[in-house]
Amino acid sequence: MELFTFVRQDDPAAAVKQVSGDKGATFVAGGTTLLDLMKLYVETPSQLVDVNSLPLGKIEATASGVRIGAMVRNSDLAFHETIRTRYPVLSEALLSGATPQVRNMASVGGNLLQRTRCPYFRDTFWPCNKRQPGSGCAALEGYNRSHAVLGTSEKCIATHPSDMCVALAALDAVVHTQGPKGDRKIPIAEFHVAYGEAPARESVLEHGELITAVELPNTPFFRRSHYLKARDRASFEFALASAAVALEVRDGKITQARVALGGVATKPWRSLEAEKALVGAKPEKAAFVAAARAALKGAKPQKFNAFKIELARRVIVRALTIVGAMT
Amino acid sequence: MTLHVNGKQHKLKLQTRVTLLDALREYLGLTGTKKGCDHGQCGACTVLVDGRRIYSCLTLAVMQQGPKITTVEGLADGDRLHPVQAAFIERDAFQCGYCTPGQICSAVGLLNEGRARNDADIREQMSGNICRCGAYPNIVAAIRDAQPKS
Repeated sequence: MELFTFVRQDDPAAAVKQVSGDKGATFVAGGTTLLDLMKLYVETPSQLVDVNSLPLGKIEATASGVRIGAMVRNSDLAFHETIRTRYPVLSEALLSGATPQVRNMASVGGNLLQRTRCPYFRDTFWPCNKRQPGSGCAALEGYNRSHAVLGTSEKCIATHPSDMCVALAALDAVVHTQGPKGDRKIPIAEFHVAYGEAPARESVLEHGELITAVELPNTPFFRRSHYLKARDRASFEFALASAAVALEVRDGKITQARVALGGVATKPWRSLEAEKALVGAKPEKAAFVAAARAALKGAKPQKFNAFKIELARRVIVRALTIVGAMT
Repeated sequence: MTLHVNGKQHKLKLQTRVTLLDALREYLGLTGTKKGCDHGQCGACTVLVDGRRIYSCLTLAVMQQGPKITTVEGLADGDRLHPVQAAFIERDAFQCGYCTPGQICSAVGLLNEGRARNDADIREQMSGNICRCGAYPNIVAAIRDAQPKS
């Protein structure tokens, strides 16, 4: 790890000012991604601003939904009664990710900014447009079994790694930030930038802009939601394909639907095409298969990851089947 | 900086980049906590921070100045082993022993959480601790034995 200066801030405005004033500075919360990448020299900040003591650790009911503080730990969020009952897909996504130790450390704000597990990004030997813009993409010609099939380009095919963000994409989450230019509320669909578009820019956050909270709307049918994750081992593994789905069914027909994909795309991938295929249909296999086909319609396989397209379709069908059977 | 480890306060002068794991092992001489992968993928470095299990390799010592840190050396009460330690011996829940301090600290964290109802839960909730000798069946048995009887 390179040397760096370290400051702990107890006040959000002071933390924002501290990072804004130094191009080499970055926030550190749980540290589970950042310190890992600093040890690999992928991240080399000259200053760390510790935000763990900021007063952003609460989960509160609001008039319009639930407000989750950015410093809430993944484990506390996953086991929170409101989240388990009203947004089960989020609880399940969180518990499918990493391990109890990581979930005790990792924060909601940090998870929104989780970095890809692309091995060529994580090893400074290789060219990588994300790490070193313009240097090329070693994954295109490399071993790309774990890589994305949606939202890719000739610049980057890295997979967005987060499970939590896939659930948030399905739940119409809004990210609250505080930055040098003021406060913002950013819908989750606009928060992440697909790696294929601009590999080095992963979110719309400005330098020094701090995530303060994530808000979930009061949407009753989100109780009827599920996260399904397919991976190479039963636990402690990133998704090969995952789906966060929610369905509202009235009089035997789907009236509202949410479908978001993980493990196959360069950002948490909400599929409006799949949702369109579901609304108005009976909650039966034919509609689920049509939705799965629609979701993967634009998928582009690489040499080693074509299997993900069919895998993702089946994950969607199974997740929808499970939610369709919920009462 | 000041760290609270196993009931004692320690004053240390460290670079900011020293992880909690390296502070424990290299500067406090508490070598029970092991360095396996140093990247949060193996669990050998698991310690308890205010009773919650974390990976000490993925946090900086300078970030852990407030809370009470417990390492494997701090679990026993004098010569009386912690119930999890005793169960690991009784069940022969290790072979080479390298992952064992992390397994034991993780198991104590698991029991503190109180969410394991059966062996499948124990396996899932211990997934953050790898044992390359494959002593898993006996580790699960030891944790099952150490659970408070309801």
